[in-house]
Amino acid sequence: MSFALDIVTIAAVLAGAFFFLAGTVGLLRFPDALTRLHALTKADNLGLGLVVLGLLPQAGSLRGGLKLVCVWLLALVAGATVSQLIAGAARRDGPPS
Amino acid sequence: MTVPQALELTVAAVVMSVGVWTIAARQTFAAVVGFVGYGLLLALVWMRIGAPDVALTEAAIGSGLTGAMLLGAAARLRASEVPMAAERPGRIVRLLAAALSATVAAALAAAIVFLPDPAPTLALAASDNAAATGLSNPVTNVLMAFRAMDTLLEKVVLLLGLVGVWSLAPNNIWGGRPGPLHHADPHGVLAFLARLLPPLGIVVGISLLWISSDYPGGAFQGGTILAAMWLLVMIAGLADAPPVSRQWLRALLWAGPAVFLAVGVGGLALGEAFLAYPVAYAKPLILAIEFAMTLTIAVTLGLLVAGPPEREPGK
Repeated sequence: MSFALDIVTIAAVLAGAFFFLAGTVGLLRFPDALTRLHALTKADNLGLGLVVLGLLPQAGSLRGGLKLVCVWLLALVAGATVSQLIAGAARRDGPPS
Repeated sequence: MTVPQALELTVAAVVMSVGVWTIAARQTFAAVVGFVGYGLLLALVWMRIGAPDVALTEAAIGSGLTGAMLLGAAARLRASEVPMAAERPGRIVRLLAAALSATVAAALAAAIVFLPDPAPTLALAASDNAAATGLSNPVTNVLMAFRAMDTLLEKVVLLLGLVGVWSLAPNNIWGGRPGPLHHADPHGVLAFLARLLPPLGIVVGISLLWISSDYPGGAFQGGTILAAMWLLVMIAGLADAPPVSRQWLRALLWAGPAVFLAVGVGGLALGEAFLAYPVAYAKPLILAIEFAMTLTIAVTLGLLVAGPPEREPGK
């Protein structure tokens, strides 16, 4: 059973790391603020979500697991709000000089 | 080389590069962003070497709150940034600056290289006497009991800093509301976040204080989170900053140091020494100080970031 859980952890954390990598490549390569934000939110939402999912079997207790899920939810709320604000500023002011 | 070692070396290299990048960045805004990232990475390093209390403080104050203050400063300096960058100091000034920086760096490096082995430490004495206070978090023990004098003075310094910020206010709006009036869309995302997050943030801030007798946390970390929630509500335009002449605000500002001082003088009066807690009441006394301190720290840090008074009290 623990072996199967370890496999789940490794697979989910690796998938999460892949999204972080893809998001970072997008951040560096995409041409303007809006597309770069799009790349970044993939890393925050999916990447961190998969890492948390992978760590849940290793949390050891219900409280530990709930805390991990809380971390992900807070990162989701913060990421969504900040990207909305940055996108609004980018649309209003144009690209930074 | 093992995997943890490789990770440590990678993080150390990244922290150093971000530090160099922050210094080399041409734009003030970019340098502040580098500084915030540097602080967060540094918190990771503190966590890795088993110092979660320092990591929390670094992330909350070193990176978060100081970062917010520096961002405000960068925004104010934006107008003068281009003329400042055009000015170039003379060759002798630059040579002197380079020599001074190199000397400081060499002295720091020498201090670390020639550190005695084992390093002088009072950690054993601190952990041997941990039972004297009834708290099991050694960091809280040192901050609130063994070196309480330092902590008291640190809070007074914080207040002095706030007085320094306030004295930047012009004469006619002394005692007015700090910072500009923030206008935000009342149905926008920022207002939504400022309604969603504070209930959670207040619980987390108080719990960081409450658990600090046994687990990492404390008045400073908890107070910083409370201050951040207050600032969020102010920036989202949901509540305006109060005029700094309000009596309740002033009372909150001196409440923490006053309780600390009262307990300290009480220790003197009961015969032992200044700030000596009676052993039977050590824990409740420390908790009382920390509660008062958390409120004071939250209000002080919030007002420090909000800035000097810029508007008349009525406006």
